[in-house]
Amino acid sequence: MIDVENLRVRFGSREAVKGVSFSVGQGDCFGVVGESGSGKSTILRVLAGLYDDWSGKVAFGGEAVGPRRQRAFFRKVQMVFQDPYGSLHPRQTIDRILSELPLVHGMDDIDGRILRALDAVALPRAARFRFPHQLSGGQRQRVAIARALIAEPEVLLLDEPTSALDVSVQAEILNLLADLRRERGLTYLLVSHNLAVVAHLCSHVGVMYGGEMVELTDAATLREGRVSHPHTQELRRLSVELEETGN
Amino acid sequence: MLAEIDNLRISFPTPSGFYEAVRGVSLKLGQEKLGIVGESGSGKSLTARALMRLLPSQARIEADTLRFDGIDILSASEQQMRAVRGKRAGFILQDPKYSLNPVKSIGALVAEVWRLHKGGSRREAMEAAINLLEQVKIRDPHRVAKSYPHEISGGMGQRVMIAMMLAPDPEMLIADEPTSALDATVQAEILRLIEELVSERGMGLLLISHDLPLVSHFCDRVMVMYAGRVVEELAASELSSAHHPYTRGLLDCIPSLSRPQERLSVLNRDPAWANP
Repeated sequence: MIDVENLRVRFGSREAVKGVSFSVGQGDCFGVVGESGSGKSTILRVLAGLYDDWSGKVAFGGEAVGPRRQRAFFRKVQMVFQDPYGSLHPRQTIDRILSELPLVHGMDDIDGRILRALDAVALPRAARFRFPHQLSGGQRQRVAIARALIAEPEVLLLDEPTSALDVSVQAEILNLLADLRRERGLTYLLVSHNLAVVAHLCSHVGVMYGGEMVELTDAATLREGRVSHPHTQELRRLSVELEETGN
Repeated sequence: MLAEIDNLRISFPTPSGFYEAVRGVSLKLGQEKLGIVGESGSGKSLTARALMRLLPSQARIEADTLRFDGIDILSASEQQMRAVRGKRAGFILQDPKYSLNPVKSIGALVAEVWRLHKGGSRREAMEAAINLLEQVKIRDPHRVAKSYPHEISGGMGQRVMIAMMLAPDPEMLIADEPTSALDATVQAEILRLIEELVSERGMGLLLISHDLPLVSHFCDRVMVMYAGRVVEELAASELSSAHHPYTRGLLDCIPSLSRPQERLSVLNRDPAWANP
């Protein structure tokens, strides 16, 4: 569903992404882990069409896309951002936030679409005429997911969707994302610094370090610790070390 | 006893009367590492801020006892409080990006704090600042002292914050989510640094975080807060035998790398947790 080949992104004299290649099958979830500055979010933003200046090949469903995207692209690919406090317009009601995309794309039955999107993310219908500040962090992230779903996309790009949330709320959102993927056959690209979250949701994982994808593995191999790059080993060691405290 | 809190209550005025955000919290802290864990809104940060009397003016604070090293915080004058804040108890905040003055160099920031509490000349202060930067294990302290906050990484920024807090040789450190803005590898380094400094200098540490496994890894004791109350208090080593359903629930809903789960268990909140 997603094919990336030799992607390079340069900011001034610094190369942030140095020739990254990977592909994600239809209905799969691919996780990208790495630390800040490793280039993981940059990849996601290139795929979402948020940067113009990159080289390499990016294709969705076999169709190559350039820096400028057609309107139809944004019905196929949607993005959910990290911070549910920053990604929703504070002066717009949930109704207004959710109707933006159907209006832009001239979709019919906006009313029905909004209600179905609210139901899909298990938000009460009463939330429709609230403002973002009247909702909790978890509810806001549900709104952000509903906004992405309303386009009826095939691909969701998820940028640290749970790192601003409490662990109890994180569990609810991760379960929701897993359900939606199964029900709708969505393809996910998940970027996170949390190895356990990525291993939970994704079947395949790419590890970014200094702008390069230094290791490409699957979740089972990662869990067993059969990873080769020192950076992956270090990330895994830290993650396991903390887990053992709680058990 | 460095800090002594008994039956602390903090409430805020709302259009429909006072809302009680902290409801009867008690704790004692000596030369040890105590962690307070809870979700957002559980009152963990308010509790720590009350100890330094750093709450917004509309907050109503009541307590049977609220003392720092014998000083009654509720009746202390503003002058007495200024002698405590920073000097005897340091406060490390979450995000170095917002907590460092962007128009001063790192050296000037650390030197300013040192001079404020210890006096001395500018030259002495700058030498002390370099020395402090060395203590928080910054490799090239002379270069870092000349740079500005936007030129250094988040982990480095947090080291600088710690250096500033150490300048007056405090007896207690309060760290409010000191590493939540940092990467996993940097997070471990910073916590290890805090732990080392606290043990070396014989300080008391109050570590506030939402991350239960992380806190119990670095503290001696852990207090779990829910809806403004302490629901469970236990030795960090006994975390695995925690028995309160909320503590258990928090541990169970964390995805695990070693144990794959089909679905994550979700916290089912029992109204009884808030009102025993």
